[in-house]
Amino acid sequence: MRTKTLEPGRIGFALFRHALLGLGALIMLAPFVLMISVSLKPSGEIFSPEFTLLPKVWHAWENYSAAFTKQPLARFILNGFIVTGSIFVCQLIVALPCAYALAKLRWRGKETVFLMVLLGLLIPHQVTAIPLYILFWKFGLLDSYAAIILPSTISVFGIFLMRQFFLTVPDDLINAARLDGLGEFAIVWRIMMPTAVPAVIAFGVLSLVWNWNEFFWPLIVIQSEHLATPPLGVVFFNNAEAGTNYGPLMAAATAITAPLVIAFLAAQRWFIDGVTMTAVK
Amino acid sequence: MADVAMALPGIAARRAKGRAGARAEILAAWVLAGPAITLMWIMLLGPAVAVLALSFTDWTFGMPTIGWIGLGNYQEMFADEVFWKTLKNTLVYVAFVVPLSVFIGLGAALLIEAGSSLRGFYRAAFFLPVTSTLLAMALVFQFAFHPSLGAINRVIAFVGLPTTDWLKNPDTAIFALGVIGIWQAVGLSMVLFIAGLKAVPKELYEAAAVDGADGAVERFRRVTWPMLGPAMLFVVTITATRAFQVFDTVSVLTDGGPNKATNVLLFQMYQEGFSFLRSAYAAALTVVFLGFVLLITLVQVKLQERRTHYG
Repeated sequence: MRTKTLEPGRIGFALFRHALLGLGALIMLAPFVLMISVSLKPSGEIFSPEFTLLPKVWHAWENYSAAFTKQPLARFILNGFIVTGSIFVCQLIVALPCAYALAKLRWRGKETVFLMVLLGLLIPHQVTAIPLYILFWKFGLLDSYAAIILPSTISVFGIFLMRQFFLTVPDDLINAARLDGLGEFAIVWRIMMPTAVPAVIAFGVLSLVWNWNEFFWPLIVIQSEHLATPPLGVVFFNNAEAGTNYGPLMAAATAITAPLVIAFLAAQRWFIDGVTMTAVK
Repeated sequence: MADVAMALPGIAARRAKGRAGARAEILAAWVLAGPAITLMWIMLLGPAVAVLALSFTDWTFGMPTIGWIGLGNYQEMFADEVFWKTLKNTLVYVAFVVPLSVFIGLGAALLIEAGSSLRGFYRAAFFLPVTSTLLAMALVFQFAFHPSLGAINRVIAFVGLPTTDWLKNPDTAIFALGVIGIWQAVGLSMVLFIAGLKAVPKELYEAAAVDGADGAVERFRRVTWPMLGPAMLFVVTITATRAFQVFDTVSVLTDGGPNKATNVLLFQMYQEGFSFLRSAYAAALTVVFLGFVLLITLVQVKLQERRTHYG
């Protein structure tokens, strides 16, 4: 970070940059490496005083098959897909029309509704836990998929994000669609949504990440093992194995972390661009 | 719903003049926004109001009657040593996690954007923890924090510094959880700062260069830092509200212990509300939790206002 921009300084800065970022990246990635490494080892090696990255004796098959047979891990992962998929579809169906109405239509009450959205953004979802628990208990919905999904069907963040994006869509496009005979409902889905694909993807990934990893609310409403979401599944696993059986536990952790990490790495470019594009506006 | 929407075309084109068009537009707006408004009240705003009302009652889960006790729950809370310890732990956690996540995130963003090589890799590496399942990673950290086998103590011992059983030592447990919190939060703050950096107009750097501010430090001090103001406030607010919501790591790693050293607001609320079923008392704790989160936002809004006044 010298003030000189001479050639040696530039090389020096490049070295400095890579040294620091490399160390940072190493620390950020170390837990993942440790997790995978332990998931491949027999317990003797896990508890041995010397640490090696790769196992001397491969125990991957034993650990992963134990992870998938001792607890219904595949079921937990399937539940994760069911829950996050349903939530995202509901969020889109509910949020997109509302965002369109807030961004492009003129109606009394618009400001009030937008104020409600902003207010909603300020309330962490844990605040609603006790009343919603009581509500779901009254309706006999506890311990069901519905109990996990329903509170997340509304995403004020989604409404806000989509509204911001729709504001940038030219009115002429909408007027042209109206002249072509499209109704407002059709405009939302056939004109607005396709133009908002980057925002929808960014929102989709965030929604997926948040809901896949959500632990607090499922912990409260779910008792049955067959309904457990991935994080709850890890906890069931941890409790059942009493925390000593690190190999299968890390295999389970890897299996539950993998879908999201893989999805993120595949969609990385769009995703980080999408977030940086929409986040600060 | 579709019928209403289908009635609109044609008329809407003349909506500026036609009264029928304006009315149809209003109707369409309510139909389109209706489901969202309804769900918002049932799932979010209604419960938030309900939790406030509940905090003034004596209700415990499953009881047939409910009685108004005014500030009774709050009086009990303020008289309870555990509550003050919980509050202190939460604040210590936030004070530890927020500045470090923000500045490491800022440093990473600046360094990543300062060069062009390996940009994608560094961004992905720093962001990966944000997408990971914190709960699963918490168990990895538990292993890494293991007093004798853990990677963390091995490294520390290698450097020659004193080691301890970080998660079981009441003096260090909250900081050990904080380290996990920072690890997870840095990526988000980095991405938001990158967004902020991209919003800085290039001309400003050129203007600064004309004024003689040529070096990296000068450029940072005179252009980047002031222009990052709004992003900074946003990142601090997001990181702080998320830090106040710490729960997963406490629940699975320390269970509030040792000796209540990691008992945080949300964990206390969970225990009172869902283990002991003291709904009203837990509601009062929730109100305190919400109060802190709103306070952070309020401060952010005030600072932002002042900035725009002087800026």
